[in-house]
Amino acid sequence: MAKVSVANNVTRSNRKWIIGYSIAAFVLFITYQFLIPWDGLPSGIYQVVNRWMPPSAVNESLVYVIMALGLNIVVGYAGLLDLGYVAFWAIGGYCAGWFMSEFFYFLNIHFFGSVPAEAPGIHINFWMVLVIGGFVCALFGILIGAPTLRLKSDYLALVTLGFGEIIPQVFFNGENFFGFNISNGTRGIVRVDPIPVGVKDLGPFDFGWKLLIFLFLAAVMVFISLRLRRGRLGRAWLAIREDELAASMMGVPLMRTKLASYAVGAFAGGLGGVAFATHVDGVYAERFNFTISIFLLAMVVLGGMGNVWGVILGAFVLSWVNGTGLSAFSRVYNDSFGTKVDFASYTFLLFGLVLILMMLFKREGLLPESRLKLMLHEEDLDEKDASGSKRKVGK
Amino acid sequence: MAKVADAKTFKGTPGQIRQQRIERAGALSLSIIAAVWMIANLVKAPEQFAQVAISGLRNGLIYALIALGYTLVYGIIELINFAHGDLFMLSAVFSSFFITYWMGADKSNGYGWFAFGLCLVVVMIFGAVINVLIERYAYRRLRHAPRLAPLITAVGMSFLLNFIGLKWNGSTPRQWPTVIPSGDIYIGEIRISMITIWLFLIGLPLLLGLNYLVTRTKQGKAMRATAQDRDASTLMGINVNKTIAFTFALGGAMAGAAGLLYQQSIGTTNYNLGFQLGLIAFTSAVLGGIGNLWGAVLGGLLIGLIQGLNDGLPIAFGQQWSQSVVFTILIIILVFKPAGLLGKTVTEKV
Repeated sequence: MAKVSVANNVTRSNRKWIIGYSIAAFVLFITYQFLIPWDGLPSGIYQVVNRWMPPSAVNESLVYVIMALGLNIVVGYAGLLDLGYVAFWAIGGYCAGWFMSEFFYFLNIHFFGSVPAEAPGIHINFWMVLVIGGFVCALFGILIGAPTLRLKSDYLALVTLGFGEIIPQVFFNGENFFGFNISNGTRGIVRVDPIPVGVKDLGPFDFGWKLLIFLFLAAVMVFISLRLRRGRLGRAWLAIREDELAASMMGVPLMRTKLASYAVGAFAGGLGGVAFATHVDGVYAERFNFTISIFLLAMVVLGGMGNVWGVILGAFVLSWVNGTGLSAFSRVYNDSFGTKVDFASYTFLLFGLVLILMMLFKREGLLPESRLKLMLHEEDLDEKDASGSKRKVGK
Repeated sequence: MAKVADAKTFKGTPGQIRQQRIERAGALSLSIIAAVWMIANLVKAPEQFAQVAISGLRNGLIYALIALGYTLVYGIIELINFAHGDLFMLSAVFSSFFITYWMGADKSNGYGWFAFGLCLVVVMIFGAVINVLIERYAYRRLRHAPRLAPLITAVGMSFLLNFIGLKWNGSTPRQWPTVIPSGDIYIGEIRISMITIWLFLIGLPLLLGLNYLVTRTKQGKAMRATAQDRDASTLMGINVNKTIAFTFALGGAMAGAAGLLYQQSIGTTNYNLGFQLGLIAFTSAVLGGIGNLWGAVLGGLLIGLIQGLNDGLPIAFGQQWSQSVVFTILIIILVFKPAGLLGKTVTEKV
């Protein structure tokens, strides 16, 4: 039985998702760009949407989708626990802060930027900054990974956690980093250049159009994830995830493969960082904390490690609950019952329970990946063997 | 003949020899840097040096007590118990409520000491019970699962405890009266607070008691056997589940004591102190060699010392880089000597 499903998984070739994804993206875009602001819409619907699913929340969820997909490559595909993913988000964010704002006011560098030529600072085109941010993060991923990836899995988790603490602290104290101001410290870098899309420049409040851009970036990540997974590298990742020793015996170069997963994951973190900087129109050091790393991990775990669609679902659900759902719910609840329960403070409980209950009862996530499901429940089979119960082997 | 000679001179594969060389060179250069840094500071401000060293060691004792919990648990089931730091935080909150509200002691007098003593016992039981419950209901079911599963559960558990702390303590730091006498004594120019002395007088017997329990008693022997080979110890008639639960209880008790000592020496509790201190304590455990009791103590004292020196000395990065310094140490140790200072290198069994 096991063999059949694994074979199915590897050989199944499809690009049908692009059609479905495009339709979903189109519907979302039309809804938020044209339908919601439309005057003919009953105001009741407008209010409900604005309370429960405002456009900014959709965009934020999409940024989380991009990053969760990146983390999924590290955690879900290669099976390396990364507890410091926020570091890449921070680096990506500051790439946007450095190259797309007036932060370096003493310079005047323009490269297809979206601001007038006399504005001070470095202004590089958004799409190029995306690539730059991605590659800078990938470079950092390799720098972090190279000395540490030979460690055992739980030590690795700890080292990533360490980096996830150090890098945000560098930016937090960055106002005087050996005499240089690299981040404006706690004040943050405010105002990032708008996104040029040819006909117009998208500022912080063009939610509808930016939704389209974030949907596109998420699609790029989905494409990368699916393509890589079915290729040689992806199969090597899965092999490492399932049994590192066996994989290395079969000739999978452990270090190189793990580094690749780190680099690709970090690349996505960079994309997400740049996207988030344009979403909130700034880069703020205190946002990059350990909770975010766990938040992203919870998304991957909830949705289903290794399954792209599961991760997207998990990212959407959790970021919506955290950003909008809890506060909207608490407003409705308190209005109707006259209480003053602050549900927003229950996020810790929520994430904790998601992680614990998923691991205890549904380790493979909401939308499981069939192959991982088999692996995660291996011990149940072993236990049955040990207790002597009869189990049919194969089919 | 030649073979025998080979066997005698064999010091490892080329890779291992290279690894040893890297380790040795790294250790040497790092200790030289540390020594130069300390001497420079000692020459510049000797009194200040002694002062911050002592307060650093005081924090180090608390780190050591927490680190013991990490090291015990890692030693026996190879799990980084991320929730341990938050257990420490809960214990600190518990002891503040116990002493101040439930016992009503807010001054350093006979009754204060009575409340303190009672609290020490109760908070140790509190920590032990919570840790055992966590083990029983979360980690035990995942004992045979892939490594990732219990690790993620531990992170989730840490969030859960964090939430309890948030609801119990409130979202802002809280000030508490302390019952330990707060005078100072002077040795020459160096001021040592009474709190430091009391902390060591209370903490050291705990460490010694734990060491006795693990190395001399039958239960300790069972723990060590389980850590070495779980299946074999089952065959030898050791109740593995009970032994692991006992280990968690010991770790929890130590975290409980650390919580009380921290709360009494600093006088503030905050719901998120568990995460930071837990990580620092884990770094101490790794520095000393995880799984090794005295390693955890040594590591805790060293990390406390380094942190104290970094925060308080004229030639140093200063307090705002405290975390980065500790984590850099963690990364350096993990990269160059994952076995830690007192740990033994174990080759992976296949």
